Amino acid sequence: MSATTAAALPAATAPRPPSFAERSVAFAKACVNGPLNITITLVCVALLLWLAPPLLDWAILSATWSGTAATCREGTGACWAFIREKFWFSIFGLYPFEERWRPATMLTILVVMVVASCFRRCWNRNLLIAWAVAAPVMWILMQGGILGLPYVQTRQWGGLTITGVIAVYGVTLGYPLAILLALGRRSKLPLVRWFCTAVIECVRGVPLISLLFMAAIMLPLFMPEGVTVDRLIRVLFAYTLFTAAYMAEVVRGGLQAMPRGQYEAADALGLSYWKKMRFIILPQALTITIPAQVNTFIGLFKDTTLVVVIGVFDFFTTLRASLGDPNWLGFPTEAYVYAATVYFVLCFAMSKYSQRLERDFKPGGR
Amino acid sequence: MSSTTVSMPAAKPLIPLPAGTTMRGLLWQAALAIAVVVVGWSLYNNMIANMTARGLQFGFGFLDRSAGIPIGEAMIPYTPADTYQRALTVGLLNTLRVAFSGIVLCTILGILLGLARLSSNPLLRSLTGGYIEVIRNTPLVLQLVFWHAIILQLPSVRQALSPLPGVFLSQRGLKIPVFVAEPALWAALAALAAGIVLWVVLVRRERARQAATGERRSTLAQGLALVLGLPALAMLLYGVPQVDWPELAGFNFEGGLTLSPEFFALLVGLVVYTSAFIAEIVRAGIQSVHKGQWEAARALGLPGGRIMRLVILPQALRVIIPPLTSQYLNLTKNSSLAVVIGYPDLVSVSNTSINQTGQAVEVISIFMAVYLIISLVTSGLMNAYNRAVALKER
Repeated sequence: MSATTAAALPAATAPRPPSFAERSVAFAKACVNGPLNITITLVCVALLLWLAPPLLDWAILSATWSGTAATCREGTGACWAFIREKFWFSIFGLYPFEERWRPATMLTILVVMVVASCFRRCWNRNLLIAWAVAAPVMWILMQGGILGLPYVQTRQWGGLTITGVIAVYGVTLGYPLAILLALGRRSKLPLVRWFCTAVIECVRGVPLISLLFMAAIMLPLFMPEGVTVDRLIRVLFAYTLFTAAYMAEVVRGGLQAMPRGQYEAADALGLSYWKKMRFIILPQALTITIPAQVNTFIGLFKDTTLVVVIGVFDFFTTLRASLGDPNWLGFPTEAYVYAATVYFVLCFAMSKYSQRLERDFKPGGR
Repeated sequence: MSSTTVSMPAAKPLIPLPAGTTMRGLLWQAALAIAVVVVGWSLYNNMIANMTARGLQFGFGFLDRSAGIPIGEAMIPYTPADTYQRALTVGLLNTLRVAFSGIVLCTILGILLGLARLSSNPLLRSLTGGYIEVIRNTPLVLQLVFWHAIILQLPSVRQALSPLPGVFLSQRGLKIPVFVAEPALWAALAALAAGIVLWVVLVRRERARQAATGERRSTLAQGLALVLGLPALAMLLYGVPQVDWPELAGFNFEGGLTLSPEFFALLVGLVVYTSAFIAEIVRAGIQSVHKGQWEAARALGLPGGRIMRLVILPQALRVIIPPLTSQYLNLTKNSSLAVVIGYPDLVSVSNTSINQTGQAVEVISIFMAVYLIISLVTSGLMNAYNRAVALKER
């Protein structure tokens, strides 16, 4: 896949894109021009021959696709039966079995919203309103307690659902905060500027897990007596702060990239500070930084796995917990490969999307 | 920015204000200051009340109490009877050890991968590209746990793998030969350092001479003579430095340097993960140099190596250094994930200390402050280097 893109690069300016056969020939020719390239090619081929057949054999040919742990131990390959057995557990965690339609509906809403947000045609006010409505709806659906839905404690949430919850709420809550922090850091008022700079630098200077520890252990100490905050809320607090600080730097980049004329024109129109930002500066600054925002989000999404340190059962931790099932001992590699594949597919799709946006936004790029 | 702002002629202010400030701005700032003070004060009061309710006292006095934390690996002498202060120092040194070796190794691996990504051989290019994408798009925690599981599945000590003579890889980690710390070693190292410094001085003088006369002479022969000759001289005087080779004795190895499975897994995980990002930074940096620069250098008749060193790298480094700095910082901060696989780094030791003493606020402030200082020092050093390579406009 990347082979074809690499070979296609030099031909990108040609009037007619070369056919697959032509590209293959060019690829093969470039592999064998000159003694150095022939040596490199031979080493690469040897490496592939050494690694690929055993991997293919383990992952597909000799793999066990259904059955029990005993069937798996008889075979020599991977035990995908284990993943099949634990698949729904890795999605829903310990959420009560009869209520699983609720996280399922929540995930469906989430996927629909994310897919809708990917189309530039949908980037308008309605999308923002839809997110503002969807976020509380998803939370109510998960927690219940009203509208006849039985109450489900947050510590029973788990699996891919909670990974989605953390990522979505971290971004929907962190994004507005990020804009405020970025504006504050560029403010003319010294106190506001110092405060925002200090917050951003302190959060970015420490590891996320120290913030999570802070939220898990320190936050209860700061609350008035008798007030307890749910553990998931505390995790979201730390994650939101982290998201806001990183996104703020991306947004600041956009604000700095705006030509000074835009600020001056807005001032000349006599707009107030907030109107100037709301109608002139922010719409442009946010749009040009969208690819960078997606890249930052990929990093933040991968960081949701860090909640393992304070015992929240996200997708990866749930899978790790299922390794302890006495009926299915000894298949860690399969679980890690499955988890890695899921994260890879999601992150890779996002990074391809951000690359496409980057191409689209480049002036004169198309 | 403030000089360009056009303020509308407002009504005459009630109180005369200094130029550039407005009443509204002052009010905003006052509101922020009051909010920070009120929130901070109430948080502090809550904390004191909560700690008193739990029978704790705010303060750093607990640092002098005996910790009783067993720590598997320490770079300074440590026993569980030592104080919390010493335990945290051991944790900090472990963090610095993994961060420093990680930064050195990931730079080397990252540059190699970045160059492979730019190779003229499409097969190598696409294989490297695929590898980088896989590493970059999976979470680091997962990779760390994966490497740790792999190392624990290695053969036992008696069947240890030996990829190189004197290097053993087993469930108990990696064993490598190490120089014995004795005067001969210090003498040889000092001689090597002196040789390198003298070579640099020589190169500078040659460069000044070349600028003055236009004549170019290679310093390779004299330089090699200095770098190899001085240590050889030191060895003649003080003897050859002894190497401590690991050997299998009974159920375990004796001698050599041990890298524990946790340290090794953490190091491999951090290096593999960060080097994939560095590879992309190096690739983007070199590609950012305009094609015309290559052509111009070739037209001047410079050979390939010198085109890279004199024309391309100085320009590429300007693009590479800032993101490289943030990768180094990321690596240092990510080393705190050691807690997931049980390597006793600063966060891991702090976590145990909190569980034992309950002094959460103090311990967390200590390790957050330490990370902030590490971040500031690293970015300070890298910024200084960046200024050295930055475009000097005359």
